[in-house]
This record gives sequence, C-alpha cells and structure tokens, in this order.
Amino acid sequence: MDPYKLKKDFPVLSDETLIYLDTAASSLKPNQVIKKLDEYYEKYSVNVHRGVYNLSYVATEMYEESRRKVSEFINADFNEIIFTRGASSALNLVASSYGLNNLSSTDEIIVSELEHHSQVLPWQNVSNITKAKLIYVPLNKEGRITIENFKKVLNKNTKVVALNYVSNVMGYIAPIKEIIKLSHEVGAIVSVDAAQAAPHKKIDVKDLDCDFLSFSGHKMLGPTGIGVLFGKRELLDNMPPIEFGGDMNDNVNLYEASWKEVPYKFETGTPGIAGAIGLGAAIDYLDNVGLDEIAKHEYKLKEYTVNKLREIDDIIIYNESAETGIISFNIDGVHPHDAVTFFDGDNICMRAGHHCAQLIIKWLKVPATLRISYYLYNTIEDCDKFIESVKNARDFFKSVGF
Amino acid sequence: MNNLEILYRQVIMDHYKNPRNKGLLNDNGYKTIHIKNPTCGDDITVQSLIEDGIVKDVRYDGTGCSICCSSASVMSETLIGKKKEDAKKIAETYINMLTNKEYDETVDLEEAVVYQGVQKFPARIKCASIAWKAFEGTLESE
Ligand SMILES: Cc1ncc(COP(=O)(O)O)c(C=O)c1O
Repeated sequence: MDPYKLKKDFPVLSDETLIYLDTAASSLKPNQVIKKLDEYYEKYSVNVHRGVYNLSYVATEMYEESRRKVSEFINADFNEIIFTRGASSALNLVASSYGLNNLSSTDEIIVSELEHHSQVLPWQNVSNITKAKLIYVPLNKEGRITIENFKKVLNKNTKVVALNYVSNVMGYIAPIKEIIKLSHEVGAIVSVDAAQAAPHKKIDVKDLDCDFLSFSGHKMLGPTGIGVLFGKRELLDNMPPIEFGGDMNDNVNLYEASWKEVPYKFETGTPGIAGAIGLGAAIDYLDNVGLDEIAKHEYKLKEYTVNKLREIDDIIIYNESAETGIISFNIDGVHPHDAVTFFDGDNICMRAGHHCAQLIIKWLKVPATLRISYYLYNTIEDCDKFIESVKNARDFFKSVGF
Repeated sequence: MNNLEILYRQVIMDHYKNPRNKGLLNDNGYKTIHIKNPTCGDDITVQSLIEDGIVKDVRYDGTGCSICCSSASVMSETLIGKKKEDAKKIAETYINMLTNKEYDETVDLEEAVVYQGVQKFPARIKCASIAWKAFEGTLESE
C-alpha cells in the first residue's frame, strides 16, 4: 500500500501542512465515502423500509446492502448485524438488554481498568441495578490483560466478560480469542469492544466465537453517527428490545405488541441511513487497501517513532510494546494540555487528556497523557515532523522554566 | 517570540512555579466553589472572603495545566483588596476579553491582562477562565 497515494483521497489532508495523528478519536474520511453520502442525499434521500414507491425501495436496498457488507467484513450472518449510533450505543444495548435481563446478585461481570468508559460504565450500571458483582482483571505491570490474570478472576459465577480487543490508550491487543474460549467453558458470554480493532485488524466473529462485538463507523473512514453491534443470533432472538417505536414492531394492539425479527427489533425509528450507506463505502475502501497491510504500516510507523522518541530526554512513553499504531506519552514535568498547544502550533492534531478511559489513566498515576495514533494516510514524514516537534516542545518548555 | 512564548514568558511561569494564595482554609466565613472540567481534568476550588463589601481574601487549590493554575494565582492577587462590585466587574471583563466578546477596556485587569494572549488558542480559553468562573460562583452564593 502506498500512503502517499492514499493521502490524496482525503480532502482534509489537502492542507499539506496538517499532520493528523488523532485517528484513534476519529479517522478522516476519503472522497469515496463522502461521494457515497452525497449520492444518497442527492439521488434517493428518502426513508427505508416504509415507502412502497421506487425511491424508497432503492434507499432500502442500499441500506441493506451495507448491512451485507458489514456482515462479510466480520464474517457474521446478515441478520446478526444491528446498526446503532456508534460503538457506545452498541455496548449499551448489550448491557441494557442482555445484562439487565439475565443477571442477578450471585453473578459476576468481568471488566478491566483498560476499558473505554463506554464499555465499563454500562456494566457498572447493570451491577448497581442487578447487584451482580463487577470484577476487574488485574492488569500486568505493562498494563495488559493477560490470560494468567484473567484466569484468576474467571469462575463459575462469571456470567459476562466485557473487555476491549484493542485499547484506545495503550494500543495493546488483548488475547481475546483465548479469553472467549475460557469464558465459554464456565458458561459466560463475552461482549467485545472492537472500536479500536475493526479499523485496523481483520475480525472473524465465527473464528473468535464472540457473543457480541461492537464498533463505530467514524474510526474506520466512515461517517459519524453509525456503528455496529454484532450478536449471535440465538442470543439476540432471546433479548428484549430496549427502544420501542416505529419500524421495530410486528403487530400492535392496545395493551401488547409483538416485535419484528432481529436485527429490526433493535432498530426503531428512522436509522442513520446515510451513515450506514457511507460505512459500506468505507468497508469497500478498507477491503481494497487490505487491513493486514494497514496494520503493518501503522506498526512500522509506531516502531520508528518510539525508537526516535527513546533518544529524546524527558519523554516518558507508557506503551512501548504496543502492537498497533498508538503511542501514549508525556513530556516529563509538562502538563499534557500545555504540550498539546505547542503541537497545535505546528499544525499537528493529537489528543491530550484521559481519552474517555479514566481508569487506565489513574492506573498509570498521571493526570493525563498525550496520545498519537497512526493510520493508512500517515507517512514517515509525518513521524519525522512529529518527532522534530516533540524535541522543540521539550526545549521550549524547559527554556521557559518547566 | 511566537505567541506561545509570549504567553508563557510573561507572568504564567512565575505564578505556575510560585503560586500565591494557594491552599484552602477551613473557615465558615469563606464561600467555596469547586469546578471541574471533566474533558481535560482541570479541577479547581476557589474560596472568597467578603467583609464590609471588600474582597478580603481569595484562596484556591487544584490541579491542571499551567494556564489554569497560574490564572488562579494571578486572579487571587488581582482581586484581593478590591471592592466586591469592582471585583465582580473585573471578573466579568476578564471573561469577556478571553472569549473575544466586547469588553470594557477601561477596567484595569492588572497582571491578568496577559491572558488576552489565550484568545489565540481557543482550545485553552476554558483553562484560563475556570478559576475566574469559580470566583464568580462564590460571589453568587453570598
Ligand atoms: C476502545 C473504544 N471503545 C469505545 C469507543 C466509543 O466509540 P464512540 O464514541 O464512537 O461511540 C471508543 C471511542 O473513543 C473507543 O476508543
């Protein structure tokens, strides 16, 4: 893959001075996706599943075609794909529907301090309501979830395991396949947060044998406001809807109603039609480039950068061994918000803060971190400019007395 | 010097390294307001003591970036000894200045005027205003 060529597909990068290193928060969008959104709005911007006229038929076909693309993207069955607002909504759906209806006070839910708030808080809520116990996998000294530590908390009371596939702060890949296997042996189900995995890594839900898997469109070149929940058919069939309204019902009477089959019983209201169609175009784009190639490229840039950063005094890297394109770091003695303003001055977009993952930031015992994340449109020149900027930032802050 | 350098070289580093009036008091005469910016982690508590219409004391404590912490320190020095009404006016003027709104340029902001430079860094306006907002809160809770 050629990042120089790919870059040209991204209109935001037509500003050649801009260095975009915040893909973990949201990726940029290529023309191919933007055009697809325009096409929907210009040619068939009508509702789905309702009209019996031709345009509505076309919109429905396009929307459902995207569902097919998503299902193939992760090797799921068509009906196992629920469109949501994003990974957060998908993760909440699992907790609110499966969690609130299947757990009680003798049960245990395993999470970790490495989770994004959208994975841990819904289960905290389930735990508060059902009195099921929330159990944290102890992280190893690098901050990783390991099989050895996972086994320490897994037991016959475990009913739900809710963990990330790739951490948005540390960029570690969790040994999720083995976690799933072990969890199934004790009869627990596993909900995988794949928000940082799906954009970078081939996922096969049948091979993983995961019960639920969630991700967002906007982190993988797609539009905002669209996300995906995969769930195993037999689980979804037995779960109640958590939102009620138009389009999700079958027969409506005065005091009861029945629901459509999955996935539709979970998709009430007018869905994010344009978003879903745009996500289909993003998947085409990623398929064309190849996720394996993308992952290799990001990792190469990350290794290159880490090696250079190591040579700079006063730079603390928190995740040197990460297998993906994410680097979390700080300049010793400089608050990340002070630092990020310097980088902004060099037109480098990156994140400073707790990255919606306060538990791992507390675990690291720092107020916040700086984070960069690479994607297919980043080049070695981006790395060099970033590294130069880190040096200058360090020198600047030391010179004014930090 | 670039904008950033100007910002930091002036009072900010001095107050960041040597904060004045820092540390809270356990005294019922003081009004206390705590403000947290959850997106960036700035977390400031401000206390004010008003007697006979005069700002007798301003204290604060908290954690945050240099702009946040130094602005609390500068604020305390600027406001202590002012009439309550004048302090209120200064705080209002300061916040208007930061947020690029029209403000009364005849109001003397003293050292706090250097934070005008923060205008050029819109993402940092919150950092520079959080302590002042908390101070305004203490006056309202009077
Ligand atoms: C690991 C992880 N999980 C979940 C989410 C939530 O995604 P969204 O904000 O798109 O719902 C994010 C995004 O920040 C993430 O990085």
